[in-house]
Amino acid sequence: MSEIRDDVRYTENHEWVQLDGTTAKVGITDYAQDSLGEIVYVELPEVEDQFSQGDEVASIESVKAAAPVYAPMGGRIVRVNKKLEDSPELLNEAPFKNPIYTLEVDDPDEYAELMDSDAYADFLKERE
Amino acid sequence: MHGQKLIFEQSVSGRRGYLFPRCDVPVQETDLPDSLLRVETTGLPELSEVEVIRHYQNLGRRNFCVDVGFYPLGSCTMKYNPKVNEQVASLEGFLDLHPLQDEQTLQGMLQIIHRLTGDLCEITGMTWGTLQSMAGAHGEYTGMKLFRAYFASRGESSRTRLIVPSSSHGTNPASAHLSGFEVVEVPADKRGLVTLDVLKPYLDDRLAGIMLTNPNTLGLYEVEVAEIAREIHRVGGLLYYDGANMNAIMGASRPGDMGFDVIHLNLHKTFSTPHGGGGPGSGPVLVSKRMVPFLPVPDVVLQKGSYAFDWNRPESIGKISGFYGNIGICIRALTYIMVMGSDGLAEASRMAVLNANYLMERLKGTFHLPYNRRCMHECVFSAERIKADTGVTALDVAKALIDRNIHPPTIYFPLIVQEALMIEPTETESRETLDRFIEAMEDIHRLAYEDPSQLKSAPLRTEVGRVDDVAAARNPRVCFCG
Amino acid sequence: MSREESLRNRQHPYLPHTPEDVNQMLQSIGVEHVDDLFSDIPRPLRLKGSLGIPEGVSEYEALELMKRTAGMNLRLTSFLGCGIYDHIIPAAVGQVTANPAFSTSYTPYQAEMSQGMLQAIFEFQTLICRLTGLDVSNASLYDGHTAAAEAAAIALQVRRKADVILVSQGVHPFTRAVLETYYRDSGITIQTIPLKQGATDVQEMQRMLDSQTAAVILQTPNSMGVLEDFTGFSDEIHEHKALCVISSNPMSLGVCTSQGEWGADIAIGDTQCFGLTQSFGGPTAGYIAARQSLLRKLPGRIVGETVDTEGKRAFVLTLQAREQHIKRERATSNICSNQALAALATSAYLACVGPEGLTEVGRLCMQKARYLHNRLKAIPDIKMAFTKPFFHEFCLKFASSDEAEQVLSLMRDRGYFAGVHLGKLDEAFNGLVALAVTEKRTRAELDGYADAMQEVLTCMARS
Repeated sequence: MSEIRDDVRYTENHEWVQLDGTTAKVGITDYAQDSLGEIVYVELPEVEDQFSQGDEVASIESVKAAAPVYAPMGGRIVRVNKKLEDSPELLNEAPFKNPIYTLEVDDPDEYAELMDSDAYADFLKERE
Repeated sequence: MHGQKLIFEQSVSGRRGYLFPRCDVPVQETDLPDSLLRVETTGLPELSEVEVIRHYQNLGRRNFCVDVGFYPLGSCTMKYNPKVNEQVASLEGFLDLHPLQDEQTLQGMLQIIHRLTGDLCEITGMTWGTLQSMAGAHGEYTGMKLFRAYFASRGESSRTRLIVPSSSHGTNPASAHLSGFEVVEVPADKRGLVTLDVLKPYLDDRLAGIMLTNPNTLGLYEVEVAEIAREIHRVGGLLYYDGANMNAIMGASRPGDMGFDVIHLNLHKTFSTPHGGGGPGSGPVLVSKRMVPFLPVPDVVLQKGSYAFDWNRPESIGKISGFYGNIGICIRALTYIMVMGSDGLAEASRMAVLNANYLMERLKGTFHLPYNRRCMHECVFSAERIKADTGVTALDVAKALIDRNIHPPTIYFPLIVQEALMIEPTETESRETLDRFIEAMEDIHRLAYEDPSQLKSAPLRTEVGRVDDVAAARNPRVCFCG
Repeated sequence: MSREESLRNRQHPYLPHTPEDVNQMLQSIGVEHVDDLFSDIPRPLRLKGSLGIPEGVSEYEALELMKRTAGMNLRLTSFLGCGIYDHIIPAAVGQVTANPAFSTSYTPYQAEMSQGMLQAIFEFQTLICRLTGLDVSNASLYDGHTAAAEAAAIALQVRRKADVILVSQGVHPFTRAVLETYYRDSGITIQTIPLKQGATDVQEMQRMLDSQTAAVILQTPNSMGVLEDFTGFSDEIHEHKALCVISSNPMSLGVCTSQGEWGADIAIGDTQCFGLTQSFGGPTAGYIAARQSLLRKLPGRIVGETVDTEGKRAFVLTLQAREQHIKRERATSNICSNQALAALATSAYLACVGPEGLTEVGRLCMQKARYLHNRLKAIPDIKMAFTKPFFHEFCLKFASSDEAEQVLSLMRDRGYFAGVHLGKLDEAFNGLVALAVTEKRTRAELDGYADAMQEVLTCMARS
C-alpha cells in the first residue's frame, strides 16, 4: 500500500504539490516511485525556466522506464533539488521529503483543481 | 579481477600487430603548420598479432550466438544464417567496389540492387522500393518521410495524426513522432487484434494513417486488415506495414494485397542475414504505386539493357544515408532468396508457423497464454501466474533458460501483456530442439514452485552472474580511463 | 495433392522438418494440414498460386551465378575517395569479424551470455573517445552521414529554442543532403556556410551565428581534402551557446588535430577506413563521441561497466531509458540496430595497427599524396584547385564539368579510376576532381597515373 500524505495535493500523473503562499514544491508520489522501480537519473529543469500547467518540466529514469514530470501549476522555477543529480535514489527512499523543484506559481487558484488525499486514494484504487 | 582483460590492459609499450609497406616515395618534410598537428597521444593499445587474435577469440567464447544454440527471441527472427551468403558477400567483385564509380563499371552491382528490389516487391506485393535504409528503424523513418512528402504533394500537411496500436514496437511511435506526426495509441481487443471500431473516432481529415505489424506482436493475424485499409484509404489516409514479422507469411499473404502503401522489411530477420551482435542490418522500404515518386534518390533503373542511377526525381524525399545502404547485407539476402526460391520461402513460413503452434500447444498447459488462439510465427505467454504464486518473474525464467544454454525469449514485450514471454522459434529449428526447449520451460516452471530461490539467483553457469544494471545507469562508465 | 506434399519432394538444407516430423507435430497441435494453421488469413488475402520468383537452386548454383554477377563489375587502380577509401586491411581483421560468435549473435540484451560483444563494444567506445579526444561514445551509428543528423538532434535537444543548424559547405555533399532530408518540414532550417578558397569562410560563419543557432557542423579534412584550421572556431560558436560538431575522417587522427583538440562538443565521422572494405559504400560504421555532459543525449546503444552479484567486472547495455523501446513517441532518436560488426572490425584494426601504426599509415597516405601532387603539378595543363594544406585527398580544377568527365573517362580507358568529379555531388563544385591517395598505392601506380594524365591532357589539347 502506497503512502499518501494529507498535507499535499495530487495530480493524475502522480505528482504531489505543496503550496505555501505563491511557491509550490513538486515531487513524485510513493506510488510513482514504486511503479518506476529503482530510479537511476533525474533530469532537472533550469532555474528561471517558465512553464504552463501541464508542460513537461523534468524527467525521471529507472533502468526499465522513463517518466516525464509535468507542471501541476503554471509558474517559474525558483529552485531545483540538486541533490537528486548525484543521489536519484532519494526519490525511492523518501519521495515526499524530496521535492524535485519549486515553482513561483502564476495562479494559486490552480491548486484547488488538484486532488486532495482522499481523491487521490480513490484514484489509485480505481487503477488497481 | 576475473574475466577477460580489456584490450587496453594487455597493452605493452613497443608491441605491434601489423606492418605497413615501407614508404616507396621520397620522404618529404611535413608541410603542415603546428595548428593542424595532433598533440595528444591516441592511446591505442599495443599488442602483437597473436594477442589481438586471442583477445577476440576469448571474447567470442563469452558470447552466445545462433551457431551454438537456440534463440527463440520473439519478433527478432533469429533463424540460421546460411554460410553460402557469407561466401557470396565476400567476393572481391563486390567488396572492392567504390560507390562513386561510373555506372557502366557497376553493372553487376546495379543488377543486384535492381533484382533484389524487384524480388522483395514480388514477395510483398508492392510496386517498387529502395534498399538504402540501414535497418528496420531507419526504414520506418524513411517510410514516415514518404508519408510526409505524399501529403505535402497533395496540400494536405494538416494530416498529422498517426495511429499506432499499443502492442506495436517502440520504434513505430518513435519514428512517427520524430517525423512530425502526432501519435495516437489504440488498444487491441480481447482477441489481441486491432478492430475497425477503435479506429472510427480518428477517421477524419486530420488522419495521416496507421502503422501496423501483421501478424502483430502477439503473433496473431490482423483479421480485419482489409476493412481497416479500405476505411483508412476512404478518408484519405495511408497504411504503413512494419515488416518485422514477415517471416510468418511469405508465399501465403502479401502486405500489398492487404492494402499497405509503405512497408519496410528487416533483411536481418526474414531474409537470414546475420545480426552481427547489433547490426549491420538492412531495412528496405517498398511502396505502392502512388508512393513511388517520393522514394529516396538515387533509384536504379534498367534502360536499353543496362542499369543506371536515376537522380532526376523531383518529388523524392532526398537522400537518407550516405551511399546506397548496407549493400553487403543486401547481397546476402538475395543469395538466400535465390537458394530458397518461391517454393522454399513459402515453405520457410509454413515451418515457422508450424514450429510456433507446436510450442504454443505443448506449453499452454504449463504457462498462461493470455491470447489463446491460433498463432502465426510466434506466441506470447505470461509469467504473471507464477509470479503471483511464487514470486518468480519473466526475468527469472529468462535467466534460468540461460543456464540451460538457451537464449531467453523476448521478455516484457509486447507491453500489453504483463510478464510477457514472447517466443519465436523460426523454421530452422528442429523438433528435437523445440522439445528440449519445452522440457526446459517445464523444468523451470516446476522449480518455481519447488525451489524459487534457485531461479532467483540464475544464471549460475555463465562467466558472470546477474549484472547490476542499476549501478551501471546511476554512475555510467562508458569509456575505460585506465 | 495439397501444397505441403508438393513442397516436400526434396528436403531443404535450411529446414530440418522431415515429413514424419511434420505429421507428428500436426498431431500434437490437433490439425490435419499445415495450411490449417493459416486459417486466420481471410480468403481474399491468401496468395493464389506461388510467388513470381524463380524456384530455389542449390547453394553451388547460386554461388556460381553470383560470381558471374560480381565479375560484371569493373575494378581498376583506384584514386576514388570522397568518403570511401581503398586502404590495406590486416588479415587478422577479417578473421575476427568472421567469427560466428560475433556475426551470428543478437544485440547483447542478455548481458550474462553476451559479455564478449558487450566488452568489444565498450572497447570500441573507448577507442573512439581516445581518437577524438572526447569523453563518451556509443556502439556506433549507421554511417558518418546520418551521424551528422543525430548530432544535430542532440544540439536541438540542448538548445530547445534554437532552430537553425549551420553546415559548412566543406561538409560532404551527401552528409548535407541527409541533413536536408531529416530536417525538411520540421521547422528546423539547415543553412550552408560558404567556402573561401576551399575552407569554411570564418567571417561568414560569424555573420550567420546568432541565438537561433543550435549547432555548427564542420568537417576536416573537408570534402575537397583540405585540412581546415579551426583555431578559434569553437570559442566563437560557444559564445552563441551553439554546439560545435566536427566530422573527421579518422584516418587523419593519428597525425592531425583531433576534434577534442579543436574544442568540439561532438565528434562524428565514419570508420570505413579502419578495417572495412569499400563494399560499394556499406556496411561501414558511423561514430559519434561527445562531452561528458551530453552522455544522456547520445542516441543509440551504449555499453557501461558494472559488476555482477559477486562483484566481478561485467558489462551491460546501459541508459536504455533514453531509447525508443522504452520512451516510444517521446524518444529523441529511433535507432536500434547499429553497425556493431563493422565497429568490431574497426576495433580489431586499431588493435592491430596500434598507435605507431596509425601514425605511420597516416603519414604514408600523406607522403604518397604529396608525391602524386608534385608530379601532377609539374604537368603544364594541370591546375590545382587550392593551395591549402591537405591530408591524402586533393582537387584538380578543370574548366568545365564536361572536361572533368572527359578526363576521367580517358583515364578509365588507361586503367585508372582517376578521381571523383565533385560536380556530380554538388553543382557548386563543377569541374573539381578529388583524388584520394592511400598507403595502398605504389610508386609505380602513382607514376603511371601521372604519365597517363599527361598523355590524356596532351591528347585533349590536340583534339
